[in-house]
Amino acid sequence: MALYGKVYRGIEQVKGPLVIMRGVPDASYEEVVRFYSDDGREWLGQVIEVGKEKTILQVLGDTEGLETKVMVKFTGSTLKLPVSDEILGRVFNGSGMPIDGGPPVRADDYRDINGAPINPVKRDYPDEFVETGISVIDGMLSLVRGQKLPLFSEAGLPHNMVAAQIARQAVVPGKSERFAIVFAAVGLKYDDILFFRRQFEEFGALSRSVLFLNLANDPVIERITTPRVALTAAEYLAFDLDMDVLVIVTDMTNYCEALRELSSAREEVPSRKGYPGYMYSDLASIYERAGRIKGKAGSITFMPILTMPGGDLTHPIPDLTGYITEGQIFLDLDLFNRGIYPPINALPSLSRLMKDGIGAGKTREDHKEVSDQLYASYSQGVKARELVKIVGEAGLSERERLYLEFAKRFEERLLSQGFKERRTIEETLDIAWDVLSMLPEGELTRISDGTIRKFHPKLRGEKTVIYEGV
Amino acid sequence: MEEVLAKGEILHIRGPVVFAENLKGAKIREVVLVGEERLIGEIVKVEGDVAVIQVYEPTGGLKPGEPVERTGEPLSAELGPGLLGSVLDGLGRPLEAVAEIAGGPFITRGIKVPTLPRNKKWTFKPVVKKGDTVEDGDVLGTVKEGAINHKIMVPPRTGRCRVAEIAGEGDYTVEDIIATLERAGRKIDLKMYHKWPVRYPRPFKEKLEPVELLLTGQRVIDTFFPIVKGGTSAVPGGFGTGKTVTLHQISKWADADVVIYVGCGERGNEMTDLLHTFPKLIDPKTGRPLLERSVLIANTSNMPVPAREASIFMGITYAEYFRDMGLNVVLTADSTSRWAEALRELSSRLEEIPSEKGYPAYLPDYIASFYERAGRVKVLGSRNEIGSVAIIGAVSPSGGDLNEPVTQHTMRYVGAFWALDKDLAFRRHFPSINWLRSFSKYASGLGEWWMKNSGEDMLSLRGEAMDILQRASGLEEVARVVGEAALSEENRLLLLEAELIREGYLVQNAYHEVDTFCSPKKQAKLLKTLIQFYREARPLLDYGVPVSRIQKLSSLGRLRRLKFVPEKEFDREVEETLRELKDELNRLVAEVS
Ligand SMILES: Nc1ncnc2c1ncn2[C@@H]1O[C@H](COP(=O)(O)OP(=O)(O)OP(=O)(O)O)[C@@H](O)[C@H]1O
Ligand SMILES: [Mg+2]
Repeated sequence: MALYGKVYRGIEQVKGPLVIMRGVPDASYEEVVRFYSDDGREWLGQVIEVGKEKTILQVLGDTEGLETKVMVKFTGSTLKLPVSDEILGRVFNGSGMPIDGGPPVRADDYRDINGAPINPVKRDYPDEFVETGISVIDGMLSLVRGQKLPLFSEAGLPHNMVAAQIARQAVVPGKSERFAIVFAAVGLKYDDILFFRRQFEEFGALSRSVLFLNLANDPVIERITTPRVALTAAEYLAFDLDMDVLVIVTDMTNYCEALRELSSAREEVPSRKGYPGYMYSDLASIYERAGRIKGKAGSITFMPILTMPGGDLTHPIPDLTGYITEGQIFLDLDLFNRGIYPPINALPSLSRLMKDGIGAGKTREDHKEVSDQLYASYSQGVKARELVKIVGEAGLSERERLYLEFAKRFEERLLSQGFKERRTIEETLDIAWDVLSMLPEGELTRISDGTIRKFHPKLRGEKTVIYEGV
Repeated sequence: MEEVLAKGEILHIRGPVVFAENLKGAKIREVVLVGEERLIGEIVKVEGDVAVIQVYEPTGGLKPGEPVERTGEPLSAELGPGLLGSVLDGLGRPLEAVAEIAGGPFITRGIKVPTLPRNKKWTFKPVVKKGDTVEDGDVLGTVKEGAINHKIMVPPRTGRCRVAEIAGEGDYTVEDIIATLERAGRKIDLKMYHKWPVRYPRPFKEKLEPVELLLTGQRVIDTFFPIVKGGTSAVPGGFGTGKTVTLHQISKWADADVVIYVGCGERGNEMTDLLHTFPKLIDPKTGRPLLERSVLIANTSNMPVPAREASIFMGITYAEYFRDMGLNVVLTADSTSRWAEALRELSSRLEEIPSEKGYPAYLPDYIASFYERAGRVKVLGSRNEIGSVAIIGAVSPSGGDLNEPVTQHTMRYVGAFWALDKDLAFRRHFPSINWLRSFSKYASGLGEWWMKNSGEDMLSLRGEAMDILQRASGLEEVARVVGEAALSEENRLLLLEAELIREGYLVQNAYHEVDTFCSPKKQAKLLKTLIQFYREARPLLDYGVPVSRIQKLSSLGRLRRLKFVPEKEFDREVEETLRELKDELNRLVAEVS
């Protein structure tokens, strides 16, 4: 490590992950610092407040052993990641250092890990359908290339499987290139990481993936940099090397907890549940890095995974995430307990970019209406099921009983599918019609006459007017 | 005589807040340029010799000791030809120009570019002569800008003057002097644009009562919770409940002359979406692309937080400027919560004592002063003209809980309140405006408007429909406990009617070619027809016809889908549907008796 930059000895105080120094001439805001102890240990840190009289540094990592007599080197630059095509197939830690035993990567450039905001006039609107092969997603929550769509889950649910299945199966119809995968583990257990690695290996994706790993026992503060480093790599692959990149970051809940820890160390006034008031903006600076850019062939499709503490959708972590991302895929404990895979509850789930990614010429002309109808009818079914708990099946009206049956059929035929089962969008929509056709046509209020006549299994191709009795 | 402005230097940097010393004469609200890169900042506090600056660009890399320059000017908006159709950031910089200077898709720091293009020529037509007397707000000439007759006015605070010089009809840039006024021997040169400090409301003669519906084409809004030209409204709701879609719909369909859309701390792709669709959509009133009547302000969530705060004030200043031309303007702000949060963040960096949920104690005043800038007014100038600014603000309450400071304070200042409901959104009932928790203070005054524009007594139709919906929601509570089967036939028919109103009227698909906009005539006729169903079906219960039979009538399905029928075929379809309904009902009666 070259010792350029300015070196100082003499810090005043170590306070949790923070280091307080006097005014350091020439120190700049957000600059990276390195600490060296006499016994050869090293720490990474960053300037978080700087003035003529006082400088505050934040240590990225455990401050154990960091004493007031350490040497502090000011590097004169913000945190940067070296990038080139050599990052593909490699494994790094949460601050971007290789941990796979391989050589350092060739650096064609050094990129600030915080990135810079994409100019909205330079964004290209994401409107190309990605076929994940999972019916409930493709049919009702369609993912588009360049979207940020998180998985909202709970501890113990198979979100890793769902993410892995998407990574394995996702294709943009008409494109032969598969997605490159940038995977970031934030505070994850080793088992989980192994699962993903084995999956990537199994479907031959290792050579087109980049892994950034911060394990559960790695420094908490490094969780702050892990997603940023990963997205910096993704931006390089997408916008310099023209690749379609799928970024999976898991678990964002650990990230937010690290942020809270840091904020409390800084003695900031907390907002809800102790999380800092700026968490929305902080998360936005990560999530908004997804997207497409005009004139560039590549894209970043972003799938963060978070576990909702107590399954609570209104908890600040899913809440602020939902306010930023372009929808959410909600994994449901109740469905899981009933043995349904994937246990995705469509009702609280949403894909905001679906509207422009589907329809004639993209998926099928009936897609929108079928999806709207599935939502409307399934929610009636779920409502009826709630009612059964209170009044029993006997208390239901004839119509409610019909919807109860509908919900069951929907979950059995459309929602449920195998971990290795891949359905085309045509197959998915046909299954949807099959399920919908158990309802009288008068109930299909979200579907126009023309579409019913063209696609309804009972009426397909017939000239009958559908109003003639049910 | 030019004041020589002091230069100071950076003392301390704390995130977007920079403390500077030696800035002699610095005034609060003054714009300063910070550091070697001359980042734009605004002084928010002066404590003795130290000026506290909120910096509108990222401060990474700044060092203590770097220079800070005063500009002597408050944060201002440039007002003149060229605003319409532009896409600006929170500080009024055109994002296309920013991209050009940055040389790439990412926004870099220290870019300075004026709002109005300097090289573009506009055809100016004078309407005053040399020797005329003019006062603040008087029109000196006009410029055709898209469909708008852009009035070049004497800026407020100029005073009564004589026209000493006026440019002849011809092409000029905004920097050319088009008039010289004279007042007590002093000459004042005017260009086609002027600057206005964004934090100060532009003056007008008199505030008038807003009385005219601001048609949005969204049934649940126009019929049940209307907003008026010059009115205010808030749209609170958790994530994914439909705030942005509602604001987009209003910016597309509202019968306003000018629309200012402020994207404040929200998604980049939502701005791109507007940029994508606005040039393609044609304003039916003018036959020109919608973009030409719009100003888009994009300060997305990943851009520096302090600029969010500025973006709202920029937007409202543009709105007031067009109002002053005698136009009807709509400003939509998505989301005012992000704006309030920017205030909270600044307050916490200044180490002020927090009030509720960490917001500063002055939050209510701050919200009030924004909505206060809406209104229908008699504009300045010797002509007798009326202009209006309506404000519609999204509110993003944390956890979707409306009991939080921003929602609660906003509620007190707005005339209409569209409470979005997560449960409705989950069921894909959009717009998810909850009819029991929303309100509009304007509704009762619009009876005449509806009569004139639809020929129907909409107020009583509205009352009737509302009554049905309210009674039904009470019954649903009961049904949740005892089951629908236990309800009386009478009540079950009421539930059926309520469902018909919900599905056939309240639910409106923004993405459906026909359904996306509904004219006042169609709204009135549709509602009347759906209520007619109840009136016709109700007597059948006395004959012992069970509701379960009525439920299956094919004309009922047809009624539910009436909204999808294009305007041209609508009257005929209503007639036929009602005829079919009558036939079916008669058959049912015949069957049971
Ligand atoms: N009128 C409508 N017609 C059809 N779909 C709608 C309508 N309103 C909302 N939606 C659906 O709801 C989704 C979410 O709406 P929207 O993006 O407006 O939510 P929001 O309240 O702005 O959320 P956030 O606070 O996260 O920005 C849309 O992507 C769309 O699918
Ligand atoms: Mg929104």
